Amino acid sequence: MGLISFLKEKFSKKKDNDVESYSEGMSKSRQNFSNKLNALSKKYKKVNQDYFEELEEILIESDVGVNLTLNVIDELLEESRDKKISDAHELNELLIDHLFSGYISKGESLTDLRFVDNGPTVLLVVGVNGVGKTTTIAKLAYRYLNQGKSVLLVAADTFRAGASEQLKIWGDRLNIDVVTGPYNSDPSSVAYDGLTKAKKDNIDLVIVDVSGRLHNKQYLMDELSKLKRVINKCITGAPHETFLIIDATTGQNGVVQAKAFAEVSDLTGVVITKMDGTSKGGIILAIREELGIPVRFIGLGEKMTDLKEFDLESYIYGLCVGDNNGEN
Amino acid sequence: MAFENLTEKLSRIFKKLRGQARLTESNMDEMLKEIRVALLEADVNYKVVKEFINNVKEKAIGQEVYTKLNPSQMITKIVHDELEELLGGGENEIKYQANKPTVILLVGLQGSGKTTTAGKLAYLMKNKLHKKVLLAAGDIYRPAAIDQLEQIAKSIDVPLFKKGTNVSPVEISKQAKELAFNDHYDVLIIDTAGRIAIDEALMEELNQIKKEVEPDEILLLVDAMSGQDAVNVAKAFNDLLSLTGVIISKLDGDARGGSALSIRHMTGVPIKFSGVGEKVSDLDIFHADRMADRILGMGDVMTLVEKVQEEVDEKEAKKAANKMMSGKFGLDDMLAQMKQVQKLGSLGGLLKLIPGIPKISPEQQAIAEKEMRNFEIIINSMTYEERQNPSIFQYSRKIRVANGCGKQVSDVNRVLKKYDQMKDMMKQMEQYKKSGRMPPGMPPGFGGMR
Repeated sequence: MGLISFLKEKFSKKKDNDVESYSEGMSKSRQNFSNKLNALSKKYKKVNQDYFEELEEILIESDVGVNLTLNVIDELLEESRDKKISDAHELNELLIDHLFSGYISKGESLTDLRFVDNGPTVLLVVGVNGVGKTTTIAKLAYRYLNQGKSVLLVAADTFRAGASEQLKIWGDRLNIDVVTGPYNSDPSSVAYDGLTKAKKDNIDLVIVDVSGRLHNKQYLMDELSKLKRVINKCITGAPHETFLIIDATTGQNGVVQAKAFAEVSDLTGVVITKMDGTSKGGIILAIREELGIPVRFIGLGEKMTDLKEFDLESYIYGLCVGDNNGEN
Repeated sequence: MAFENLTEKLSRIFKKLRGQARLTESNMDEMLKEIRVALLEADVNYKVVKEFINNVKEKAIGQEVYTKLNPSQMITKIVHDELEELLGGGENEIKYQANKPTVILLVGLQGSGKTTTAGKLAYLMKNKLHKKVLLAAGDIYRPAAIDQLEQIAKSIDVPLFKKGTNVSPVEISKQAKELAFNDHYDVLIIDTAGRIAIDEALMEELNQIKKEVEPDEILLLVDAMSGQDAVNVAKAFNDLLSLTGVIISKLDGDARGGSALSIRHMTGVPIKFSGVGEKVSDLDIFHADRMADRILGMGDVMTLVEKVQEEVDEKEAKKAANKMMSGKFGLDDMLAQMKQVQKLGSLGGLLKLIPGIPKISPEQQAIAEKEMRNFEIIINSMTYEERQNPSIFQYSRKIRVANGCGKQVSDVNRVLKKYDQMKDMMKQMEQYKKSGRMPPGMPPGFGGMR
């Protein structure tokens, strides 16, 4: 049946470092999902009502969300009736097909950062409190430094205690400049200083860190749109990229967050963090389904190197197939 | 996906059933299905939902729901009570030691809010309970975590025990406890680094701290936005450390926080506090009934009432009410009243607490708040006489006021119109008062809101 064998073929050939560390980092989250799917097909030679009920449980427990889960299951039910599929294995493959094509059909699937031809490329990083914005920024800076770009960090989080210190420590480790402002000062003015410096120093990539904010606090969202306007005034067309950071442990509120941030800041991508834990991060599929925003990167740990380009194939392959499914 | 109020959903289902005299088993199934979806959307764990719905079903049938006048209300009530029962219970207060420091260890995933909460707990215990509190910086891994705690400690004037990042957290905790003991502190709060539950080395570190300092309380921080996996995380921490309580953080967001229910149900660990904002004072005792409302999307009336009671100056409110009743109500009084409302915090936050109006967009909220500010500017540009007796306003006065505050005459008119509306309302209220009936629901001070 199409996709699963295609994926397996692809991954048996493509065993570079990226895929390996990807698998390693995600092994925990993956095992749960794939073990369950495996058990599912073993338990039910033939598909029946119980099979679908358990499938529903697996999907919902991965935080894929009620809507998406029920839709996928409805589609599967229909297709299995149409095509008279009653074998659990085949149905599992069909499920993967659906998740895969569902994601693809919702918009472009780019991952790596798009750099502008002239002048600094500005990346704005937003999200609710505690999702890992600052750590992700350090990882992104590390990634593009390694690609030979010059990087400047702007600590526009002037609110949280210890925030600019945290970014400064990363800046020291990476040996790059960090523009900061006084505690409780206007984030926009810090951003202004940062961008002015970036233009003067001919920097390739400026990453702007802002304080975590709950998306239902209007004044903070207003502050964010002001920040965006100021950035745009400094450098026309900037910010060129705006990433929303989502914690893999996030539940259904993730979609609400994405919507709220998308309204004020034209999100160009999602980065999902903490995928090295046991959470499956299914919310990114729900976000994609509702808003079409592509997942760009995936955070797999606390080290600077623990950031990978999002690879849908690996993600779904990891989520649905797993290592111990080789006999299929 | 804006969550539709569950009560609305249920009453809609029930409307469809109008004309059918009785609620049948299948009708109830449809309602339970909606409740199930609501719980899942609120991130209550799948297995917990399943069990929960079965319980409700049994209870509903046992209570002869069919004979009740309004079965949708009946079911909602059963669900609510059941939720409340599940969420509450257990020892949810901190037990303080009499002759030695009470040691509190904060644990949790990365970004769950441990450091912020450490500060909030210290503030609460110092200012409300008058305890002598010591904070200990046990997060040596996250860059600037100690700086963060230090800044917080300074802002609330609580001493911080720190040893930099080269001493192990176990050693730091041990020394902190010794200091707390020798210097007669009442409470020691130890902040630890965030860690994933499957990181064996870091989990073992917590275990070592536990053995070394024997904390009286081990509290797990759980983000209100957590999804289905939260229950597994809590289980892992609980299996290793035998938690004494849970703190739900970031409840000032709009997540339903269903994970609280799952954790309570699956681990039995009581929920003790909830974090409700970024200020150090934003930590609340956990209220099971309110959380039940929230998970069901039914608004949080009690919090609203309390907030109003806390913030509204009673004398001012009475003065305004008397003036209203005596008919001597001027623009100043209207403004004072509006300010009372403003003091309650953003209107948006308040509106969220009121059941039945969850659909006000952030833009509408912003407009309402902006209008209030405009009113203040305009009223401040009037003379004392004008404010006391707005009926003297004619066109030239309006132009003067508009020019004085840089607004249009139409803006001034809007203020006066609102004033007239409020006066009309007062007349009505007077009539209600005379007739002994209650006026239709209009919370005091909401005159400025549309």
